[in-house]
Amino acid sequence: MRPAVEVEALHRSFNRTGGVLHGLDLRIGAGEFVALIGRSGSGKSTLLRALAGLDRGVDGHGRVRVPAKVSMVFQDSRLLPWKRVLDNVVLGLDGRDARERGRRALAEVGLAGREKAWPHQLSGGEAQRAALARSLVRDPELLLADEPFGALDALTRLNMHTLLRELCERHRPAVLLVTHDVDEAIVLADRVIVLDDGVVQSDVRVELGSRRDPADAGFAALRRRLLGALGVDVDEDGLVHDPDPDDLAHDRPDRSRGTDRKTDRTTGRTTGREGA
Amino acid sequence: MSTPTLTRSEQVAAGTRIAGTPTDDRVRLRRLGPGRRVPGGILLGPVLLLAGWVVGSATGLLDERTLSAPWTVLETARELWADGRLQDGLVTSATRAALGLGLGVAVGLVLAVVAGLFRLGEAVIDGPVQVKRSIPSLALIPLLILWFGIGEEMKVCTIALGVLVPIYIHTHHGLRGIDSRYAELAETIGLGRLAFLRQVVVPGALPGFLLGLRFAVTSALLALVVVEQVNATSGIGYMITLASSYGQTDVIVVGLVVYAVLGLAADGAVRLIGRKALTWRRTLES
Ligand SMILES: Nc1ncnc2c1ncn2[C@@H]1O[C@H](COP(=O)(O)OP(=O)(O)O)[C@@H](O)[C@H]1O
Ligand SMILES: [Mg+2]
Repeated sequence: MRPAVEVEALHRSFNRTGGVLHGLDLRIGAGEFVALIGRSGSGKSTLLRALAGLDRGVDGHGRVRVPAKVSMVFQDSRLLPWKRVLDNVVLGLDGRDARERGRRALAEVGLAGREKAWPHQLSGGEAQRAALARSLVRDPELLLADEPFGALDALTRLNMHTLLRELCERHRPAVLLVTHDVDEAIVLADRVIVLDDGVVQSDVRVELGSRRDPADAGFAALRRRLLGALGVDVDEDGLVHDPDPDDLAHDRPDRSRGTDRKTDRTTGRTTGREGA
Repeated sequence: MSTPTLTRSEQVAAGTRIAGTPTDDRVRLRRLGPGRRVPGGILLGPVLLLAGWVVGSATGLLDERTLSAPWTVLETARELWADGRLQDGLVTSATRAALGLGLGVAVGLVLAVVAGLFRLGEAVIDGPVQVKRSIPSLALIPLLILWFGIGEEMKVCTIALGVLVPIYIHTHHGLRGIDSRYAELAETIGLGRLAFLRQVVVPGALPGFLLGLRFAVTSALLALVVVEQVNATSGIGYMITLASSYGQTDVIVVGLVVYAVLGLAADGAVRLIGRKALTWRRTLES
């Protein structure tokens, strides 16, 4: 079966700053859920915007093939403040059944009855649900999400994880989710890829079944491996050494408990940097 | 640690009254911000002024030659209405103001949209409007008289020129202030150019436009008063000018009241439109 997303030798750079993506290759299968992690400034958003076709005017070349129907969820809900929630969800859709489909999408994300609310009347989590409904109602074959839960509190985020997994199991889009939370990546994804130096530096399949408990040994091992790939050294006691100030793992040394130590820092790295 | 102790808030939640702790009687008003809207508040000031006028005239503190008493003014208004002069003047003046306002709003809006949506448009349009802004429209009257004569065209053009500037400035500002992230959203959901205009640009720029409209209404009335004094053979201004040369303060006051009513009505209409059109905004106003 042909993958939903094919990216080959993708280069992107912003006005001669040295380049952000250096010949990145990526494939995402139909219905596959891929999480993308990488330190801040590593080019995660740049990659997503390239896939969404939002990077006109950015220097670069390479081959990108995406499905016809792509939806994007941003870190902010990006609801138009002058449209009621339902009108936001069905924005730009036409057809007689558009509103009915919008209503159903809202019900699916748990916002039935809030169709007439103004966006400013929603909480952060509810607004993000509405944004999810706006994406889903378009039946995307590829769902791009750029730190969609980054601005939510921990409890709301957990609820959103459950919701997103349910929705993705039902609708089966290919998903590329950017997150700065390694646990989030492991809980949600079929595959986690780490972006560094402008290429996919590690590509790890999550083989933990459908019940994923952060307390499991397998979970912890995978977490340690991914943190290692991000350049965070985790010792046998789970303590982080020399964390990068604006790095990803700064706030969760306590979660990295375990004994298995394995680093995976060289997989897939390519050094060719042309066209700065 | 055998008996569970409740914290203070748990006790309150459980309905337990603690001695000395009153039930929740916090003041639930918003303390910052102007507070609740006074019903009919906009009328309070004018009513006070009116009361002062009545008292002044009744006590003789206000001389009849300085300012006619309210009842004299009412009587004069009734007479002017009876011979139709008041209605004629009102219709003429209101028509002038409305035409000038309409023309100025249309032109200002088109200029703002062109300048707001196209960089080239902005480069061409913004400079001249800023220059125009620094020349009061009233200073252009001599030139406009040479171009259009002393007829209605000149008056309508003067008013329109005064209206155009605030409409342009505020609408342009509103357009430029639309968050570019909404444009990004529109692209990801594949909104067409027309739909983008209708769903994003127009509502996004509406608050700016409505603010501009309020200034524009004031400008229109100001210009109306001036053009009617400069050169008119009809309208409220003509009535006032005529009364001035005969020393009829009562007629002058009737004219002024008509101007005031026009201004208040126009401003009220714009506010009402604003409140209806901007229900989505949670501002200090509501
Ligand atoms: N519009 C832009 N103009 C110039 N530089 C940019 C722009 N967007 C991103 N960059 C740069 O590209 C790099 C990657 O950014 P980004 O993809 O947003 O990183 P991430 O999402 O992984 O944190 C950063 O160094 C950032 O400064
Ligand atoms: Mg980013």
